[in-house]
Amino acid sequence: MSASTQSVAFDTPAREKAADAFGMWVFAGSEAMLFGAIMLVFFVARVSYGPAFAAASKHLSLTLGAVNTAVLITSSLTMALAHFHADAGRWRAAVWTLMATALLGAVFLVIKGTEYAMEFHEGIAPVLGAPFAFSGPDPVHAAFFFSLYFAMTALHGLHLTCGILVIVGLLALSRGADPSSRARRVQAVGLYWHFVDIVWVFLFPVLYLINR
Amino acid sequence: MSSDVAMRANYLEEGAGPRAWLLTTDHKRVAWLYLVSLTAFFFLGGAFAVLMRVELATPGGDLVSDDVYNRLFSLHGIIMVWFYLVPSIPATLGNFLLPLMIGARDLAFPRLNLASWYVFVFGSLFALFSVLAGGVDTGWTFYTPLSTLYANGFVSTAAMGVFIVGFSSIMTGINFIVTVHTLRAPGLTWFRLPIFVWTIYATALVMVLATPVLAASLILIVLERVFGIGIFNPDLGGDPLLFQHLFWFYSHPAVYIMILPGMGVVSEVLPCFSKRPLFGYKAVALSSMAIAVFGFLVWGHHMFVSGQSAYAGVIFSFLSFCVAIPSAIKVFNWSLTLRKGEITFEAPMLYALFFLALFTFGGLAGLFLAALAVDVHVHDTYFVVAHFHYIMVGGMVTAYMAGLHFWWPKMTGRLYSETWARVAAAATFIGFNLTFFPQFVLGFLGMPRRYHTYPPEFQFWHVLSSAGAVVLAAGYLMPLCYLGWSLFRGARATDNPWGATGLEWQTASPPPPHNFDRMPTVSQPPYAYPMKGLEHERFSPHKDKVRETAA
Repeated sequence: MSASTQSVAFDTPAREKAADAFGMWVFAGSEAMLFGAIMLVFFVARVSYGPAFAAASKHLSLTLGAVNTAVLITSSLTMALAHFHADAGRWRAAVWTLMATALLGAVFLVIKGTEYAMEFHEGIAPVLGAPFAFSGPDPVHAAFFFSLYFAMTALHGLHLTCGILVIVGLLALSRGADPSSRARRVQAVGLYWHFVDIVWVFLFPVLYLINR
Repeated sequence: MSSDVAMRANYLEEGAGPRAWLLTTDHKRVAWLYLVSLTAFFFLGGAFAVLMRVELATPGGDLVSDDVYNRLFSLHGIIMVWFYLVPSIPATLGNFLLPLMIGARDLAFPRLNLASWYVFVFGSLFALFSVLAGGVDTGWTFYTPLSTLYANGFVSTAAMGVFIVGFSSIMTGINFIVTVHTLRAPGLTWFRLPIFVWTIYATALVMVLATPVLAASLILIVLERVFGIGIFNPDLGGDPLLFQHLFWFYSHPAVYIMILPGMGVVSEVLPCFSKRPLFGYKAVALSSMAIAVFGFLVWGHHMFVSGQSAYAGVIFSFLSFCVAIPSAIKVFNWSLTLRKGEITFEAPMLYALFFLALFTFGGLAGLFLAALAVDVHVHDTYFVVAHFHYIMVGGMVTAYMAGLHFWWPKMTGRLYSETWARVAAAATFIGFNLTFFPQFVLGFLGMPRRYHTYPPEFQFWHVLSSAGAVVLAAGYLMPLCYLGWSLFRGARATDNPWGATGLEWQTASPPPPHNFDRMPTVSQPPYAYPMKGLEHERFSPHKDKVRETAA
């Protein structure tokens, strides 16, 4: 029980760090089932109502989606740098890269919000009883596409928001902590952040690119 | 060792008062927090069941209206499944025993463990609110479009409660998985783990991988009710059947979340009271994993009459039969463990034997339901109700009682009244069969589930069932009294009152705060029980010749 382990169960900080990483991987597996379930729903619907889904997909903004993908992948780079710096004990550099990561996450959310607003104005958001006007074929199943689109992207956005809050919490809590527990926390938060990015890497082609 | 330990504080004495308990990160105390809350929910859910049985004693609806009855069975199901059965053994006995059994000081993430209890309490507040505010009438399954378009209860609140409690399940699951991987004592290889640890591990895997799918379906329901998007609403292009797929993708594996830990308890109790090593240890260990895997592939057998394709029905039927194989492997191995054992009938053993009988019975009834043609006949009747109560109550709750009695001396350092415990065990067994066996008959005769009135010719069976429910209730209330009494007045227990193997019995009763004074090492397989005078029987390849020479 050295002083720097968080849990009394571990003998050394190194073993605890390995266990932390393993725990985060298990959690990522759990989260993958959450998104996997909804994506499977989407795939089944995509196969069943192909033309309606293809037509509906063309109404999403490819430009904003692509920009957002770039923003999020860049945030993964800064997160990886933060992990690298924290491991090397350069806490100041780690703080800056973590703040950059959170900022890029926020930029993503702003752009996503802009997209939502555009879709509301176009009348293709079947949410909160907003009027739904879709000119393509099979508008009922196009509405299903947009229902799934909003459910999936909102769930992803919620995860990203949690990620930003966790980074803020990490920065606040780690001010006086010792280097090894800081590195451990950055590693855990980093794994979560990369996972949320990877979810978007799947969502983007599935929602925006197929049959474009 | 014990005299040495007795002078030091045990985990119950270290820090008193509500603050020390509510902010504890000791897995043994967190187990108690869960035990108290789960007991409350068990009796709340039980009270709803008793009201239903009283109503069903007569054919007419004279105690409650149909509306109230719908709320009674919905709340009974929601509370029993999510607020009692799913967390029951893992969160109480599992929490208490897992670190002890693998020779660890605590779980890998002690604070996460405490957090999981708070999340559980937070979620249960939602459920309790929906009870007090007027209830839910969708049944525990929240089927759409009833739950999204027509139900007029507090569906969103109850679904949120279940959703939040799911997080607590996932937290517990992650904690258990990481603990088993990283904190086993030196020498404790995977195939030296007690079966209880194997089953808890398999349960944790299912918790981690299935619960998020339930979360997904409940999120979609709440999105639909609150934000008006149309995932399950055909008017908006959605598909009501989709919900059943998502729901059962979780809820069938959840059945194994509920039964696997019970199998673990029984695998500990049977060898101890027959003084025999567990027969076919590896087969029992691996069949737990097989059940966990197969459990993910059979959800469609809940939907034989829901309009899925006939081909899907055939495949799901076949896969459901496959789950019976690992379960049967366990039952045969348990039975062979008893063979030529020196069996004694202490209360935990009685419960374990009752488990064996009731689980086998309920499991065989499950094969009827897995067969497509029979299922079409008995679907949504009392036959199904009887089947899953034999597994969930006859199996799981009985195993829970077996485990609670078996490890009670370890948890509290006290002994309960053996006589009362045996009486209670017998009362549950008799009461249980009297309650649920008539329901098999009723179901086969065509009595549907979820009705508060019925034709008079069914009354005989319904009265039997209601009478049984009273006996069963007495059987569950008795332990509350004598176990509660033993907490304060029971005789002091020794460190190992049953002469059991396993690391948890090698420390003091109750254990010290960090479980072991000296961290244990393991050098032999589990269940090293003596086989007095039977060595030649078991190990000689020329058994008959030995007998001849002896003659």
